[in-house]
Amino acid sequence: MLSRTEGAMHFTINGMQYDADIDVRTSLLDLLREHLGLAGSKKGCDHGQCGACTILVNGRRINACLTLAVMHQDDEIVTIEGLGTIDDLHPMQAAFVQHDGYQCGYCTPGQICSAVGMLDEVARGWPSHASADLARPIFDDDEISERMSGNLCRCSAYPNIVDAIREAHAASIESEQAA
Amino acid sequence: MTEYRMDEAHAGLALDRGVQGILGRPLDRIDGPAKVTGAARYALEHRLEHLVWGVAITAPVGKGRVVAFDTANAEAMPGVLAIYAGDEALPRQTPVFGQDRAQPYDGTIDSWGEIVGVAIAESFEAARAAARAVIVTCATEDGIFATRDGEGDAFGPPEGALLPNIVKGDLDRAMAEAAVALDVDYSTPRQVHAAMEPHGTIAEWHGDKLTLRCSMQIFRQARPVLANSLGIAPEDIRLISPFIGGGFGGKNVSADALLAAVAAKRLGRPVKVALARAQIFHACYGRSDTYQRIRLAADAQGRLIGYGQDSLVSQKVGANSFEPVPLGAIALYRGEHRSFTTRVAPVNLVAHGPVRAPGEAVGMIALECAMDELARELGLDPIELRRRNEPERDPTTGRPFSSRRLIECFDEGARRFGWDRRERRREGEWLVGHGVATAARVNFLADSSARVTLTGEGRAIVETDMTDLGTGTYTILAQVAGEALGLPVESVDVRLGDSDFPTGAGSGGSFGAASSASSVALACDDIVRSLAAAMGATPEEMTLKDGHVIAGNRRVPLGDLVGDTPIVAIGTIHPGANNRRFSQAAHGAQFCEAWVNAVTGEVRVKRMLGVFDCGRILNHKTARSQAIGGMIWGLGYALHEEVHIDPRTGAIANRDFGEYHIPTNADVPQIEAWFVEEVDRHANPVGAKGIGELGISGAGAAVANAVFDACGVRVRDMPITPDKLLMGLPPI
Repeated sequence: MLSRTEGAMHFTINGMQYDADIDVRTSLLDLLREHLGLAGSKKGCDHGQCGACTILVNGRRINACLTLAVMHQDDEIVTIEGLGTIDDLHPMQAAFVQHDGYQCGYCTPGQICSAVGMLDEVARGWPSHASADLARPIFDDDEISERMSGNLCRCSAYPNIVDAIREAHAASIESEQAA
Repeated sequence: MTEYRMDEAHAGLALDRGVQGILGRPLDRIDGPAKVTGAARYALEHRLEHLVWGVAITAPVGKGRVVAFDTANAEAMPGVLAIYAGDEALPRQTPVFGQDRAQPYDGTIDSWGEIVGVAIAESFEAARAAARAVIVTCATEDGIFATRDGEGDAFGPPEGALLPNIVKGDLDRAMAEAAVALDVDYSTPRQVHAAMEPHGTIAEWHGDKLTLRCSMQIFRQARPVLANSLGIAPEDIRLISPFIGGGFGGKNVSADALLAAVAAKRLGRPVKVALARAQIFHACYGRSDTYQRIRLAADAQGRLIGYGQDSLVSQKVGANSFEPVPLGAIALYRGEHRSFTTRVAPVNLVAHGPVRAPGEAVGMIALECAMDELARELGLDPIELRRRNEPERDPTTGRPFSSRRLIECFDEGARRFGWDRRERRREGEWLVGHGVATAARVNFLADSSARVTLTGEGRAIVETDMTDLGTGTYTILAQVAGEALGLPVESVDVRLGDSDFPTGAGSGGSFGAASSASSVALACDDIVRSLAAAMGATPEEMTLKDGHVIAGNRRVPLGDLVGDTPIVAIGTIHPGANNRRFSQAAHGAQFCEAWVNAVTGEVRVKRMLGVFDCGRILNHKTARSQAIGGMIWGLGYALHEEVHIDPRTGAIANRDFGEYHIPTNADVPQIEAWFVEEVDRHANPVGAKGIGELGISGAGAAVANAVFDACGVRVRDMPITPDKLLMGLPPI
């Protein structure tokens, strides 16, 4: 018999505080989608294989379907809803619109959260399978493709997704240099 | 109210006189901001009071009968409301094309993972646990778990089939007399849609009226099937699908909708049912594997005197629709002697149904690889071989083509790709080669209606139950209405995916854009006539731009002409005689550069380029996305995708995204797609042709031909995995 313990849990999501009375078996993804109305994070496989549920937990991208909500009561959680709004898009969101980095849009919030998390990994100098020099990875299209391959897109907008991320990255470097 | 039957080319629309300058422009999707912020609401994302969850229960045998259900443990679980199992009101599976209702549960199991019940609970977690706790005991029978095993009972196309067998002349004799004859067997594996959004539905009843928040592509087809299955009237069913997370032919009436509807009725509460990813592989149809014999009979100059594409496919017992393998071949090349036949083997496997580009997606892989083989036998450039076989009319029917610019696609593609400068070479461990193939996809028009309302504020509202699967429908319809009425897209609201709106074409067969855009354009014609009357001018005398009507020396805001009562018009398009008078298809040329690792047999696609003839392009940005998406499916079909059946049980062994390999970002290079535009007046009023399925056609063959060019190994059994290349690779 699985545990049926229920009780109020507390979460910090997109800078807001939430309480939820949920089954302890609830995944972080189902908490967002089914209990808090934050349905921007998508369920594609519930197996950690498609990446549609990618969100940022303490700044790192994770598959929200592979972790239980109860484990994240002390974490800073950021979902697609926390990145930008229709009237005030995050630069990555705007780049996806401009480059048509989607079609059906279902994998898109996961792609965008993943891309934001991925650029942070790049900024920290983390290498990938595509890095020729593990100590000094060079950021190019191969790196984007490799690092984004945990996010499936059946509409197959991959070339446009790469274009969007390349541009958002270049813009962020520029604004850093300007600052 | 304007209705138009496509019996002849339309005389010209207000759209054609438009000067707004937005039709065809590569505008950003108008629904884009909603998609990138997570604000777009898909089927399962509506919050309803008193909503409960359902999880499907399935049978763990490939063929047999249910003997018993043990639901005691499940029913005792906290939060569980009901277990409906072994219930004749429930569907066995998702109905397939041509079935007018879902087969009801009757204890028979004809393929692994058929639905036998649903567990309903207050939470998803409880419903999932309960569904797993139900013990389904089955008596197992011997099943037919491979297409080849069912070949002995194979049947031909049934009466009224979309594609009958076509045989002209005597291909056997042509093969015997040909200067060069090629007779080769190709096969393609079972494939699935794998849309990112799982199949799921929220059902809610108000008295006898059912509302389904669902992911369905074609409401016109879905409503009668739902009504027949549930024993209610189609008018009592409202379908709502404003956003669909990918369809590709797989999102119509699926089992989850019926499970949710039945459970919601009984419980008097709204019910949400989503099929788990592994369940989708078994409870929703996919594409049959195909075994294709390709025969090409050519004279010494490479002109075909005949060719044939004769295939074996399979379908689950009890259904008779089938993969129309030779659909792309029928009108494609010259040659008097022709044979296009298909046999269908009944099997105990997941049903076959439409998957993106039924026919061409897999048929054109084999045909276009065989054409490459023929070109090499003849010592001809493969593009030259296509040029020598370009027919003036459809060689099968004798009908003229509504438009056909295949050779221009090759010429344009060759120039852009640098075909004449290509060089087979070795780069370190990598063998580099290049390939081409023809793309072709039949073009359809479907009945479609749309309502356009012009308000006193000068805004246009477009309403139709047409859907947007990610194809860009919202945006292109705004562009069509805006161009016709002289409005920027910001002044056009497009409302889709609600069966309360006029019945649109729906999304399927690549007919959605042309059909729904034609209905919108016809409605706009009506509105322009009303505006002309108010303006005291003829429609032809008026110029509509930026929310104003200009005629003579007057410039009047649209809203002033509308007044207090909005102008409402409904446009309807019907297919007509032009479907029979013309041979209609979209065409294209596919180019690929592939690298094959000389040590491991790994294939990396380095470049793909396609040039397509799809009639009028309504939005160059979304059209390009459609095209490259299709090309990437072709890449996947050539190199990755394959459903593996466990031959002992008939279960799909690789029923998840970890094992059923769709292309990932790292599999895909930058891809170019270009269009040779032509307004095809014979096809439909707006002159657009299908795009969504054209990109996949021939793309896999271009990849396969490039692999052969690179390493000299011809794999005729898709996909081309390293194990099939290794033995034939040249010495390291």
